[in-house]
Amino acid sequence: MNQLSDRKYIIIGVFILVGLAYISRLFYIQVINDSYKLDARNQAFRYKTEFPNRGYIYDRNNKLLVYNEAAYDLMVLPKEIKNIDTTDLCQLLGITKEDFLKKMKKATQSPNSPRKESIFEKQLSPTDYASLQERLYRFPGFWVQSRTLRKYPQKIAAHMLGYIGEADKEMTEKDPYYNEGDYIGISGVEKTYEKALRGKKGMHIIMKDVNNRDMGSYMNGMYDTLAIPGKPLKSTLDADLQLYGEKLMQNKIGSVVAIDPQTGEVLALITSPSYDPNLLVGRERAKNFAKLYLDTIAVPLFNRATMASYPPGSTFKLVMALIGQQEGVLTPETRYQCVGGYPPLGGHPKCHNHSSPLALYDAIGHSCNSYFSYVFKSIIENKKYHDTYKAYQAWRDIALSFNIGRKTGSDLANELRGNIPSIAYYDKVFGKGSWHASTVISLGIGQNELLVTPLQNANIVAIIANKGWYYTPHIIKAIGNNENDTTLARFKVKHYTMITDTAIYGNVIRGMSDAVQSGTAAALKIDGIDFCAKTGTAENPHGKDHSVFVAFAPKGNPRIAIAVLVENAGFGAAWAGPIASLMMEKYLTGKIKRPDLEKRMFDGDLIHNVKPSPPKKKTR
Amino acid sequence: MRQKSNTSIFYNIDWVTVFLYLILIIMGWMNIYSAVYNEDHNAITDMSQKYGKQMLWIGSSLLLALIILIIDENFYTAFAYFIFGAFLLANIAVPFLGREVKGSRSWFRFGDFGIQPAEFMKFAANLALAKFLSNQNIKIADYKNTFITLLIIGIPLIIIKVLQDETGLAIVFVAFIFSLYREGLSVNYLLLGFLAIVLFVLALLINNMYLFIIIATLCTVAFLFVKRNRKNLFLIATAGLIACSMVKGTSTVYEHMEPHQKVRIDVLLGRGTVNLKKEGYNVNQAKIAIGSGGFWGKGYLDGTQTKYDFVPEQDTDFIFCTVGEEWGFVGSSLVIILELFLIIRIVFMSERQRSPFSRIYGYGVASILFFHLTINVGMTIGLAPVIGIPLPFFSYGGSSLWSFTILLFIFIKLDSHRLQILR
Repeated sequence: MNQLSDRKYIIIGVFILVGLAYISRLFYIQVINDSYKLDARNQAFRYKTEFPNRGYIYDRNNKLLVYNEAAYDLMVLPKEIKNIDTTDLCQLLGITKEDFLKKMKKATQSPNSPRKESIFEKQLSPTDYASLQERLYRFPGFWVQSRTLRKYPQKIAAHMLGYIGEADKEMTEKDPYYNEGDYIGISGVEKTYEKALRGKKGMHIIMKDVNNRDMGSYMNGMYDTLAIPGKPLKSTLDADLQLYGEKLMQNKIGSVVAIDPQTGEVLALITSPSYDPNLLVGRERAKNFAKLYLDTIAVPLFNRATMASYPPGSTFKLVMALIGQQEGVLTPETRYQCVGGYPPLGGHPKCHNHSSPLALYDAIGHSCNSYFSYVFKSIIENKKYHDTYKAYQAWRDIALSFNIGRKTGSDLANELRGNIPSIAYYDKVFGKGSWHASTVISLGIGQNELLVTPLQNANIVAIIANKGWYYTPHIIKAIGNNENDTTLARFKVKHYTMITDTAIYGNVIRGMSDAVQSGTAAALKIDGIDFCAKTGTAENPHGKDHSVFVAFAPKGNPRIAIAVLVENAGFGAAWAGPIASLMMEKYLTGKIKRPDLEKRMFDGDLIHNVKPSPPKKKTR
Repeated sequence: MRQKSNTSIFYNIDWVTVFLYLILIIMGWMNIYSAVYNEDHNAITDMSQKYGKQMLWIGSSLLLALIILIIDENFYTAFAYFIFGAFLLANIAVPFLGREVKGSRSWFRFGDFGIQPAEFMKFAANLALAKFLSNQNIKIADYKNTFITLLIIGIPLIIIKVLQDETGLAIVFVAFIFSLYREGLSVNYLLLGFLAIVLFVLALLINNMYLFIIIATLCTVAFLFVKRNRKNLFLIATAGLIACSMVKGTSTVYEHMEPHQKVRIDVLLGRGTVNLKKEGYNVNQAKIAIGSGGFWGKGYLDGTQTKYDFVPEQDTDFIFCTVGEEWGFVGSSLVIILELFLIIRIVFMSERQRSPFSRIYGYGVASILFFHLTINVGMTIGLAPVIGIPLPFFSYGGSSLWSFTILLFIFIKLDSHRLQILR
């Protein structure tokens, strides 16, 4: 009997063993294994995303540039479709039965699945939505999700504003905030300020019972998140000036950048040809995009203002004049010979007809190629260095401090760097030690391997107007009405070039003023406004020269610095000059007193092979 | 020996057991409330809802417990066979006299309420078994006695299975194997039973041919390690043959099972492809509900899987899912520990009995509770086949609560007189 009572230990042992096994199993399925939690969420919850309103964008005078319009996506969860009248639905949506089957197939097959919701029909118009809404209850498995579409009341600044698109797989992997199909800024301000504009998606957790009925929000919405609307942006752009500039640039290829030198604020950023930003919105987006994308002649999607770099041409002579003085090899009295070209190299680079020799102001005013070739030579052969490399490096360093040859650091998406050739580059091309000033002489007149974007060119003018400093050019001045947002802090830092003596700038400004008073830009005077300018004709190895013009105004208290480039338009004063002059007049006075000039610019068509009427006076 | 000086009916009763019992039924009631929670009738006392009814069952159970404690302890020994016989008759009668409800013929209906006599067969059979085995002249090892023991267990099992088609209620009687083992049943029977289960599972999972080869190899190896005489050779050969016939028998048994039972076994063993929308649905949903509870659970009344009917029978057989989902690992472990604590306490109490009747009865109580716990919780976490039996003191239902109450309180009454030897 005693032996039998020992059996209780075995029995209790079995009981405890089973208990332990069960508790371990519970630990596994409740604590270790997450798949059951996932399954539970998938079947008992529906996650309803609440898309926030994307932030509006205003110009500097609070004119609306971008707003939102409601659109409605018809969503589908195929496994929940039960007994629906397909014909009825097709009729409501205005699609054929084949379309319906095709869409259903798309919704059920990879990457979608019957258990995954997807968009069935994109961006229904408010009217379609209204008629569908009433009858939606008859189509279980379908529901409508409201989205917002961008609208552009002014139809301007397409490149600068950029566009939004749907996030693809790559984007969702990079940033898990996005789900496939979410809207995301692809270019322009929409891209740069995506985080501020998008706001934050909200999530509504709705409980479902086994029959897929809504059972209210989960835990009284404890885990719900509210959508936070995107912040409005205030742009530095002047919508009127932008619109005016775009009209001036119509039917021309090129770019205009206007900057307020005192703040670095971009007043106008024009790329031509442009397009109506409304084209890249809505159901027609893909079609329109393809059309714009395939236009390889005008390339309307190409943002020339920041992404095209051109040889600066004669406008670079301003920088040469500054560096020459800084390096002590040039004074306003320095005179150089011109023989219709640069004498030491047998008249190359060539020059045009003017009196000789000239001193600095006149050399700027008349844009003498020979003069600035001498200046370049004197900088590179500077006795102070006794070494081409050291002198070249000094020249290049000063040039770089004008925020060229590198990205300006602006808030414009996809900026190019431009180029100031490095020593290493020339060593590679000519061999180490076997190049000197004469080899690369055309750098002095802004040619050779020099490349500058229109934005950088405008910034150079702003620096000269300010006599040595600049704020990084930027396009947004306030985020959510806050001008002191930390993202904008970098635009409040004053940058100085390596040339700090304001007298040096004064000499160059005088030359620029002379160019307007009696030089190459004499035909472009604005009534009542003194301005300073420099024409340029950028040699273009691929065709007719580009017409370049830089200027700032008014001379005493600069409020606008502008760089204009019109491709294949010849002399700087022919097309770029008038456009710059008209824009400055428009910005500073609000009206135009030269309707003839304005009309000629409006009508000028340099794309469609219409011969423009030649300028009255041949200038450079 | 002390005379019965205290005549209080609560004299000497084991309050720990009573306390555990009360905790479990109250926890059960709360979980039923959550499982079938109805916002329009959210009072836990609402009689139109199951939680209201459960309150009634709890009240009446407490009354029953009181009555059991009042009745003289000798009543149960004296009337053990009579009670057994009476409930046997009731169980035979119910398919003919009772009203058919949802295809089940195991209920006596009284208006809104129903009684399932099969539930009460458990304590009745336990009484009879205790009465028979406590006879001093009985040795379980005798074949004749073994046979009678098997009858006491087997007759109710067969009646309930065959006449009422209630597999869950019938299979519970297998639990008495623990009582019998404690009373001297040869270990060989248990090993044989264990072997049968293992081979049944293996035979369904592995190609039978391989199984035969494995058995043959094991026998040969065994023979190499024991003394090589004729007796051992005979023993090993017999064992091998029995094993082989069990394997062979498995497919026969399996083929003769009803489709839904086959499916349940397939689901448990993961045989073939289990369709989670059909045959695999219950267990999968149960696991999802429990698994989604996590460590701390979703909080009382905040379960989604159980409350919104993803889990079937969430108030009765699958009540453990509500516990697992809303109370998490902490709560579900606690329930298992409490139940086990009660069961093991009963084992210890049994061992302190002077009368064999009380001890055998006590073991019966522990065995039945353990069997319910094992199967009920096991099926919700995928460790046991789905067999519809309630979780003791937890699941909704009058019959089962009454039955467990009677079962337990008879033992508490017997235990309060544990110093008496003669029964």
